[in-house]
Amino acid sequence: MTYAIRLTVNGHVETADVPASMTLLELLRERLHLTGTKEGCGIGECGACTVLLDGKPVTSCLVLAVEVDGCTVETIEGEASDGELSTLQQAFVDGGAIQCGFCTPGMIMSARALLRRNPDPSDKEIVEAIAGNLCRCTGYEAIVAAIRTAAERQRGTGGGSHD
Amino acid sequence: MTKRAAYVGAPVGREDAVDKVTGASRYTHDLAFPGMLHAAIGTSPHASARIVSVDTDEAERMPGVRVVLIGETLCYQLGLYMQDKCILARRVVRYQGEPVVAVAADTLRQAEDACRAVPITYEPMDGVFDPRVAMDYGAPLVHPDLHTYAHMDGVFFPKPHSNIAHHQKVRKGDFDAAWAAAAVTLKSAFYNPPVQHVPMETHATIAQAMPNKRVELWTSSQSPYTVRHLMSVAFGLPHASVRVHVPSVGGGFGGKAGLNLEPLAYVLSKAAGGRPVKVVATREQEFNTLPSRQGLHSTIGIGAAEDGRIVAFKATYVWDAGAYADYGVNIGRAAAYSGAGPYAIDNCWIDSYVVYTNKVFGTAYRGFGHLEVLWGVERAMDQMARKLGLDPVAFRRKNLLRPGTTTITGERVTEGHGSPEQCVDAAADAIEWGTTVQPTSPGRVRGKGIAALHKAPAMPTFTSCAAVIKLDEDGAADVLISGVDYGQGTYTVLRQIAADELGIPIEKVHVTWECDTAFSPYDWQTVASRFAYMGGNAVIEAAADCLRQIRNVAAQALSADVSEIECENETAFVRGEPVRSIAYADLALGYTYRNGNSIGGPVIGHGRFIATGLTHLDPNTGQGLPAQYWTYGAQAVEIEVDTGTGEIEIVRIATAIDAGKVLNPKLCVGQVVGGVLQGLGSALWEGFSFDSNGRLLNPSFVDYKIPTAKDVPTETKQILLENPQPGGPYGARGVAEHPMISVPSAIGNALYDALGIEFDTLPLTRERVLLALRAAGTGKHKR
Repeated sequence: MTYAIRLTVNGHVETADVPASMTLLELLRERLHLTGTKEGCGIGECGACTVLLDGKPVTSCLVLAVEVDGCTVETIEGEASDGELSTLQQAFVDGGAIQCGFCTPGMIMSARALLRRNPDPSDKEIVEAIAGNLCRCTGYEAIVAAIRTAAERQRGTGGGSHD
Repeated sequence: MTKRAAYVGAPVGREDAVDKVTGASRYTHDLAFPGMLHAAIGTSPHASARIVSVDTDEAERMPGVRVVLIGETLCYQLGLYMQDKCILARRVVRYQGEPVVAVAADTLRQAEDACRAVPITYEPMDGVFDPRVAMDYGAPLVHPDLHTYAHMDGVFFPKPHSNIAHHQKVRKGDFDAAWAAAAVTLKSAFYNPPVQHVPMETHATIAQAMPNKRVELWTSSQSPYTVRHLMSVAFGLPHASVRVHVPSVGGGFGGKAGLNLEPLAYVLSKAAGGRPVKVVATREQEFNTLPSRQGLHSTIGIGAAEDGRIVAFKATYVWDAGAYADYGVNIGRAAAYSGAGPYAIDNCWIDSYVVYTNKVFGTAYRGFGHLEVLWGVERAMDQMARKLGLDPVAFRRKNLLRPGTTTITGERVTEGHGSPEQCVDAAADAIEWGTTVQPTSPGRVRGKGIAALHKAPAMPTFTSCAAVIKLDEDGAADVLISGVDYGQGTYTVLRQIAADELGIPIEKVHVTWECDTAFSPYDWQTVASRFAYMGGNAVIEAAADCLRQIRNVAAQALSADVSEIECENETAFVRGEPVRSIAYADLALGYTYRNGNSIGGPVIGHGRFIATGLTHLDPNTGQGLPAQYWTYGAQAVEIEVDTGTGEIEIVRIATAIDAGKVLNPKLCVGQVVGGVLQGLGSALWEGFSFDSNGRLLNPSFVDYKIPTAKDVPTETKQILLENPQPGGPYGARGVAEHPMISVPSAIGNALYDALGIEFDTLPLTRERVLLALRAAGTGKHKR
């Protein structure tokens, strides 16, 4: 038994017939070939698979594909536009907030959600926003700084280029 | 030629950063091939049992299932240092979580369902879970056939008909006499539990068995050539028949060294008629099936003279290797020759035993035994300082290795070794050692602690590395190398070195990101903080080879002597006559005269490096030269403890490391910051819990906490010293593992300073601290 769903992913309308057991993460990675979203645990504990569902950050491994019928999904692949990095991505690059990079897409999506609801977050608010995104390499300091920098740059230019 | 270090030493960013922030980076997790099958692994629920029967009939008939494999048909023994492991358990299981059955099917769900549908009957056997008990005569033997296993001869010494996979001895001077004569003696015992590496990308491999006994592997590995070699040995294949691709790797920390899921993926593909098979470890399997860091029981004795000099040091290290000791034996070895800390000790006696138990097995983990050993050594040093009535910094300064002293294996320390003393001083200064600050509120107490550290790369005496640089039509350079950059930043550093050595802009230097043993030259494996050192030297030599070729052709084309040709700014020119010049782009594929005649050819340089002067250690005394270089450091921490909850707040933590030369401050600081937080994990939260039957109780992020963004210390300081390393590229040493090594011991020392309570067991959880406070009686604190 499959279910026909229709959703918008990074601005594109997608349709799929999915089994009831398929997760949003599987839909993105295996059906839509958007492998930028990573699976770190498959049980909602690490945050690597974070995407935005109707603007809110979710761990896509815990969302069923059938639940997103009619919804809007944003993934890391939609963060840059026309080959230009977003302010947030550029701040990660500039700030050395990346080592192995496996947590990076989920981290950026959590940060994206934060900056949208709060363009001027305190460090504490930044930490809170990424507390569910595990990173084993960087020690988080550079990530927090990169998000702070992105927020400053976005405010400085009257809002981010892609936001 | 004088070197212009335009890039070396500069905070150059990572070339892979853009791929990683856009999701374009390809990890093994992300790869798929036409016809690819997905595999699932069924694991043992018992820590020690005989496999009575396995029935694969039903599973084989399930939809989508192509192959069901069990261990009985797979007669292979695997291992890097000690060939003690099967692909799937045969006849017996030796730890809970050990792979017993594997299924390849059209989808992962089908494979998982089929795995669950394989009835396996076990007959539980007595297991052994404490390595100290496992050493006793009459303890159940984890490997009754140990005496038949192949191992690296002359380096490791398994004890037949026992659970001892390796016994490393260090004997220097006359310990007994020195101990008897010591004015003050101290004995202490310590324990570290096993922990997990927790790379964010779990282990993943895709294998395809090709015609003519060839194998293609795409794998999340730190070790393309070691994977190739071990696959070749295990399956009797020519090396060239095994091709290993390593795409981007999502963290390693040692856990992806050696051989892991590759053999299983290969036998599944072979059995599936050559269809590619993908095996991805679940997070639970990452904890419970794939290797961890070994546990350690330490017993340490220190004897000192009245004046505070250490005159005798004795340690017994009992490593909990778990069910397999392929890598564990080398950790037991390395931690023994480093086993007294960075101190000058004339009379030393160390026994390091690597002992099999029925638990998930150990492997390399960032620091390779040193965090574990120094948890004991550096805590004991503080205890001794107190006994002597000396300040911990002053006591260490009195005993640190310095030029003219010898290490415990008899290596003479020189100026070129770097300075442990400067590291201790710098770390102490960074937290204003000797001053006290009032706690922020009643019910909280402050403390400061310091701990030194040292580590050398633990590697075979013949470890080598090669690099190839090929110039492109536009004069750009591609660097081919087979060490893996799984986040530590080495490729960026090699890029900086190549750009400076060749005299071209860094934008025109690219390190080829996907390793492929078919194209990239040999490198042993990416472990031990050795890649920047060895790879850096290989790149320097490869660049010199390119320049030699460029100069030869340029000299001929410019009618000059080779000795007159200078290379700079992408140009070869005659010294003193810059107008007589040729751009690299016009030499990269060969030079063409105006009449069409051509000379030279494509410029391809190669460089290599091999460990020099290392010796096997004497089996009876451990004397010899095990270290290509040492990296010294120290960590100091100020904490505040909530006596109501037992919670430790890290107020500030400083790390000083003698890097020799900081090749890239941005990346180097990144290694320190990340390493310190990983060390904090080992110090405060991380550790496996087992039930009495050897079942792992916390194989998930809910039950096994790693540091989150909320756990970052309020203030971290990184101090990078630059006493150059002779033979290091630009004077550099390896630094990637070191920042986590002495975090636990420094915190343990600070905790004593705060509470006046000795802690001997990691991790220093709130629960452990609170229980100790209660046992000591509230109000009995030092302050």
